[in-house]
Amino acid sequence: MNIADQWATISVLWGRDLSRFLRKPSRLIGAFMQPIIFWLMIGGGLTSTFKISGAESLNYEQYFFPGVVVMLVLFAAIFGTITVIEDRHEGFLQSVLTAPGSRSALVLGKALGVSSVGLIQATAFLALAPLAGFSYASIDWLNLYFFLLLGSVALSTFGFALAWWLDSSQAYHAIMSIILIPGWILSGAMFPINHDQLVLSKVMNFNPMSYIVDGVRRSFYSDIPLGTTVSNSALIDLVVVLGFTAFSLLWANIIVNRSK
Amino acid sequence: MSDTLLEVRDLTVHRGDLEVLKSLSFEVKEGEIFGLLGPNGSGKSTTFSVLMGLLPALSGQIFFNGREVEGGSKDLLRSMGIVFQNPSLDQLMSARENLEMSAKLYRLPRKKRQDRIEDLLRFSDLIDRADERVSNYSGGMKRRLELARSLIHDPKLLVMDEPTTGLDEGAFQRTWRRLLQLRQERGLSILLSTHRPEEAAFCDRIGFISDGKLIVCDTPQSLQSQVSGDHLNLKLDQAETAADLIREKLNLEPIVSEGQLKLTVEEGHSLIPRLVELLPAGSISSINMTRPDLGDVFLHLTGEQLAEESV
Repeated sequence: MNIADQWATISVLWGRDLSRFLRKPSRLIGAFMQPIIFWLMIGGGLTSTFKISGAESLNYEQYFFPGVVVMLVLFAAIFGTITVIEDRHEGFLQSVLTAPGSRSALVLGKALGVSSVGLIQATAFLALAPLAGFSYASIDWLNLYFFLLLGSVALSTFGFALAWWLDSSQAYHAIMSIILIPGWILSGAMFPINHDQLVLSKVMNFNPMSYIVDGVRRSFYSDIPLGTTVSNSALIDLVVVLGFTAFSLLWANIIVNRSK
Repeated sequence: MSDTLLEVRDLTVHRGDLEVLKSLSFEVKEGEIFGLLGPNGSGKSTTFSVLMGLLPALSGQIFFNGREVEGGSKDLLRSMGIVFQNPSLDQLMSARENLEMSAKLYRLPRKKRQDRIEDLLRFSDLIDRADERVSNYSGGMKRRLELARSLIHDPKLLVMDEPTTGLDEGAFQRTWRRLLQLRQERGLSILLSTHRPEEAAFCDRIGFISDGKLIVCDTPQSLQSQVSGDHLNLKLDQAETAADLIREKLNLEPIVSEGQLKLTVEEGHSLIPRLVELLPAGSISSINMTRPDLGDVFLHLTGEQLAEESV
């Protein structure tokens, strides 16, 4: 395996996704405005009724803010990988598949491209953190970007594997509607875990996205308010997110190398 | 033109229980244009997919420059330029950017990259619109860019899957002028698949492929000589009455189809004046004579029609 060939494939795909994102002003405006509107609408609507026992001082806009950050990364992963289905049969990926780089390099290049797009969107939204009551100085940026980067790579490779495996836009849309979006809603992004609701709390515990949201949420507090995270331990968050990233990378590599 | 560049030997491919390629063998010589002619579904694209490593073969061998290689092996991919049947361009990017991405995929050094891109933009007549988004291009321009992209790493063999699908007559002729120029200037070998007889006629040799099997392999001239006779096509009033008259007086068997008369005869040019004399004055609106094309030869040898599409 020639490392230079692999890097060539990775860098071309990485640069391509970034360039496609940055050159469409309509997409840029949509990408930056949509989460703000979403956060203000839902945050504003629920702030008067939302209370967590033990953390009564926390308003909903504050609670919801880390959830929106993860939503951005998830949406970037979904919209960045659904295009793989067409691109592979009637687009540029055909020429990547027949170039000297490997298919694993293709997975990595695509994951890095999609993740970069997600991180740019998340960064733009994070600039609004003071509006949610988080000063820049109080945020643990290193931890935040560590979890966002891992989460992005995990979700984009997961989305890539799904797209390659399903090979149908309709099927991908269906999975998006019944697994990926509900997965985000049930990750603690929109509401905290309620142990009285057995099924729902089990789903939230088994949902790897919960631990990405947890990791991101912890970055905003030196003392995390009780009851706002799904797991009680930062270490568990780290282990699960690392495991999810490793699983997604492995799955995408297996799928893409096995299929012809 | 005597050394073999690519040899495919006894290639067999299964899709599920279906045998889609049945011990297919052919070779492409250096500097040769070799075409696989067959209808859709005959196995042409499958053959190319195996060469590109996009589909596994059950059995068979591929030799490139006398050395056995795997389908899709890096050595083979570096030596092949590929024009896909489906578009493979990034529509949001310009021609220059598309070529740049391909040049990077093949790791062309930066200095050489820029020169090569300029050359190819000029070769494909896209230099004036090189920085425009590909989605604004016409079908012919996109096809030219596909060809330019496939040449970016200076391949020895150009593999083209139905390269002129969807092109009008003008674009079709221009594409072939370019391909012949490439062969002449660079000694490039070309392997192409097509279902168009008029395209196959440009090849040095053609293999007829039907139902996953190679039926025959020869030069277009030699294949065409297997079907004799000229086709006469008459547009006229009262075709049935005219057909009876021809049967009675000339002892020929015309076919009446959609108000037209069709005749296959030896030396059609000498029959035309006799037909004009025989049939009532003013009843013939046109007479058209054609030599049998490779589609007729294909039908004669395989019993199968190529697709209707033609330029």
